[in-house]
Amino acid sequence: MPVPTTLPDVYVVDGARTPFLKSRNAPGPFAAADLAVAAGNALLSRQPFRADQLDEVILGCAAASADEANIGRIAALRMGCGDRVPGWTVMRNCASGMQALDSAMANIRLGRADLVLAGGTDALSRAHLLFSDAMVRWLSQWYAAKSVGARARLLTRFRPAMLAPVIGLIKGLTDPVIGLNMGQTAENLATRFGISRTQMDFYAMRSHQRAAAGVDGGHCTEIVPLTGGDGRLYTADDGIRLDSSVPRLAKLRPVFDRRHGNITAGNSSQVTDGASWLLLASKRAVEQHGLVPLGRIVDSQWAALDPAQMGLGPVHAATPLLQRHGLGLDDLDAWEINEAFAAQVIACIEAWKSDDYCRDELGLAGALGTLDESRLNVDGGAIALGHPVGASGARIVLHLLQVLRRRGGGRGIAAICIGGGQGGAMLVETA
Amino acid sequence: MTTSLRHWRLARDADGLAWLTFDRADERVNTLSADAMRELGAVLDALDAEPPRGLVIESGKSGGFIAGADIAEFGRVSGADGARLLVARGWDLFNRLAAVPWPTCALVRGFCVGGGTELALACRFIVAVDEPGTRFSLPEVMLGIVPGWGGMLRLPARIGAPAALDMMLTGRALDVRRARKLGLVDDVAPARLMREHARARVLSDAPRRALPFMQRLTLGPLRGTVAKKAMQGVAKRVSREHYPAPFAIIEIWRDFAGNALAVPDANPASMAALVRHPTTASLQRVYHLRERLRGFGKPEGLAPPPVRRVHVIGAGVMGGDIAAWCALRGLHVTLQDNGVERIAPAMARAAQAFTRKFRGDRVAVRNALDRLVPDPLGAGVAGADVIIEAIHEDLDAKQHLLRDVEKRAKPDALLASNTSSLRIEDIARGLHEPRRLVGIHFFNPVARMPLVEVVRGVDSADAAVRRAAAFVASLDKLPLPVASSPGFLVNAVLGPYMLEAMKCVDEGLSPDVVDRAALDFGMAMGPIELADTVGLDIAMAAGARLTGAAAAPACLSRRVEAGQLGRKSGRGFYEWRKGKPVRGAPQQVPAGLADRLIAPLISATRRCVEQGVVADADLADAGLIFGAGFAPCRGGPLHYDGQPPKHD
Repeated sequence: MPVPTTLPDVYVVDGARTPFLKSRNAPGPFAAADLAVAAGNALLSRQPFRADQLDEVILGCAAASADEANIGRIAALRMGCGDRVPGWTVMRNCASGMQALDSAMANIRLGRADLVLAGGTDALSRAHLLFSDAMVRWLSQWYAAKSVGARARLLTRFRPAMLAPVIGLIKGLTDPVIGLNMGQTAENLATRFGISRTQMDFYAMRSHQRAAAGVDGGHCTEIVPLTGGDGRLYTADDGIRLDSSVPRLAKLRPVFDRRHGNITAGNSSQVTDGASWLLLASKRAVEQHGLVPLGRIVDSQWAALDPAQMGLGPVHAATPLLQRHGLGLDDLDAWEINEAFAAQVIACIEAWKSDDYCRDELGLAGALGTLDESRLNVDGGAIALGHPVGASGARIVLHLLQVLRRRGGGRGIAAICIGGGQGGAMLVETA
Repeated sequence: MTTSLRHWRLARDADGLAWLTFDRADERVNTLSADAMRELGAVLDALDAEPPRGLVIESGKSGGFIAGADIAEFGRVSGADGARLLVARGWDLFNRLAAVPWPTCALVRGFCVGGGTELALACRFIVAVDEPGTRFSLPEVMLGIVPGWGGMLRLPARIGAPAALDMMLTGRALDVRRARKLGLVDDVAPARLMREHARARVLSDAPRRALPFMQRLTLGPLRGTVAKKAMQGVAKRVSREHYPAPFAIIEIWRDFAGNALAVPDANPASMAALVRHPTTASLQRVYHLRERLRGFGKPEGLAPPPVRRVHVIGAGVMGGDIAAWCALRGLHVTLQDNGVERIAPAMARAAQAFTRKFRGDRVAVRNALDRLVPDPLGAGVAGADVIIEAIHEDLDAKQHLLRDVEKRAKPDALLASNTSSLRIEDIARGLHEPRRLVGIHFFNPVARMPLVEVVRGVDSADAAVRRAAAFVASLDKLPLPVASSPGFLVNAVLGPYMLEAMKCVDEGLSPDVVDRAALDFGMAMGPIELADTVGLDIAMAAGARLTGAAAAPACLSRRVEAGQLGRKSGRGFYEWRKGKPVRGAPQQVPAGLADRLIAPLISATRRCVEQGVVADADLADAGLIFGAGFAPCRGGPLHYDGQPPKHD
């Protein structure tokens, strides 16, 4: 499917994200909407136009809380966009943030919008604890019971076990169709491509090292600090471990397959709170407001595959994108592949190297080639920074543009795997 | 008869209800002038002649219900007889309204002030429209008078004595939520259903909700106790000698069933006594001065472009609090300083202030905080409509900063400095367009001080000054135009006053005695406590700038050297605990001390008027009352000094 050359340009004008705050087994200091508003406010306040001049706000969020229905509109109103700027929410699991960008791009290309704020947010530390079905049934009978006798009878049927909560986060990270946890799908890939525990742990360590080097090198310019109501400051991603090493990582116990597995908390992405925004504009908006774009989103691609192999989503999404633009893996100056699991990123690289996989699964003549890892996730990824599900897709696109600009410009692809068996990829180019 | 009404419209509907609309002819707001009240009497006559099934009273103005009595008319009242006539006019009319046999309902949308509240109280029901602007108040006490048209009788009966006294003694307004909770209001209705609510209430012909038992006790057996407690509360804040009205309100309620006309002239709570008291004239003067300052925010001709985004540079106490105040007032604010670490304390202070202000309304707190954005890189300059510089008092730094700001700001953005001691024209030097810069000088604490000096530099453009005044007024502050001379008005006057106070301390008087003399005079805060609050280092630096080379008082330099800087360091002239100075046992204040303290203040004020810092003596008095807490009961330093104020 050749890309039509007449499609209008979609510019990325600016972007900002919150620090990614690791979940510490308690609700974090900010709700998903708070995170989105703080990052968005900082981003909007440095624009030459007012917030109410946006055409729309699109926010990806996978786990909004009960009081955050249509969180995209909530964020728009709270950022001072006014009554007249539509706000909406997209949900495509781990790619919700990328879907927001894609939807913004589509509307700009269709001429329905010129200036769109799009991004993603999630506060996974605030994922719900739910009552079990048994408890909910008991409670509904309790509220319906009118007489003292009926209530007394109900009390005899109460069992303490009914109080055991359903942990929303675990539900969210489990594929409801095939019943596999995301980590178990990564175990599938590790087995399929023969990825060892050491390979995974090495990859994880390198993610931390690259992230730490990125901080030292001042390469996190897209982060805007958060201030808590108590005056506490959150200025940096707090999941990066400077002391990460393969021997240390080797001590961790597998989480998803306790006896034979290799996926540990150390070589998986972290459970994290964060938000990320990009400001997308048409050529007309760029000219009207005198904006200086960071780059363009050239094209995007979505793909789907066996939910049990969901980690290979980036391969299935990025390959058609490469083909459409006549590009090989090496023709891109930088890559971001979201690190849901070390095994999953490694599996993507292995899949492209594999004649069998490329032929059987992608319909290619043979292996696509070897992805140069020195161009991949150069400032670390979700294993070190965390994976606030809805925000990650927007984060990698924004950071990819920053990396490309730092390296003198060029083209890159950001790709992400999606729970449920999908993949998304975006081709970007610096201005 | 009803055909000759000018201020009221009376209509009857198919249900037999009478709908009475108050819409004062030739006025923007409804006030209860003699004329309007006479007509209301005529309306009641007409209704008596042909009784309706019920009556609903509403306002024909979009702004509000009733703004109270006609202040201008009130100002013309002279002598006890005139006052008694004025009181009788409303007392009798509202008694008549309260006594009608058919159900009545006041339908209140927007402000409901003074006589307006008393009219509503004379109705059996009150339905309030659920809007932030709907507010009930009885602010007579702030004018040195009492709610004599039945407020003292009916408000306690409606909501219980403690809440009623609190409302009448402070003049504070109740919003819809509080009014509902206290039982002042029977129904809270959305605007679209307000008439249906009023109609249903009247058609129900039900008796009014009974006061809860405990509240009934406050009107009966506990009346004396409640009055005593209220009396103690008032005495803690003001003295009867300076402010007789609140004491009178309590006594008229306790001893005369709320009827001001029943008080014998010899009684200090009588209308005759209140009208004679100089405070009453002073407070009315204060009212007019406030209105005059407000007027500076409403310039004639073209309205200045609206302000939506404000950028504040400097997140110290002043900058941070200015930014928080702007956010509280609904503006989008970016707050800049070198690094977020310096901004974070201001954010925390704002969060605290908003939480207090909104009393647990977490959504309102959050929305205000959402409007306050930390901006360490100063990105907000580019989009701001107003940019306020509030960094440390260093001319070079300010010039440098504003030069940079001017380059990045929108061409029509207003540039302002919150300097308290530098000249605007000096700061403006180096600007491409010095005419753009004005001073917008707030006072500490920003949230509590009503005055803001709008400083015109030598080069400042008229339009910039006007726009600054309008901006200040939109923040619900009182703009006072001043010239760019050292200390402007308020600090130039406070300096000599505090200096004199410290000389007294050097001479051996205790800080507490000095402050007590000032408080007894009626000042909001003693000069020594004020110095501690401002910060002794700042007072010392300002003193050096204002007085030139004169040596600082020994008591001041000693403390500054010892690092005792006042409230902020926990110790200055006083020891400070939990934000309050620790005072010793009361001591005798020497005779004449207050006069000695006030004398330099008065002469400094006069000097400012002579030098043209403010346009006239009235404005100087206004500045000192609203910016320095000068005793309102004295009407301002120059008024107090016996200079007949110029009337415009």
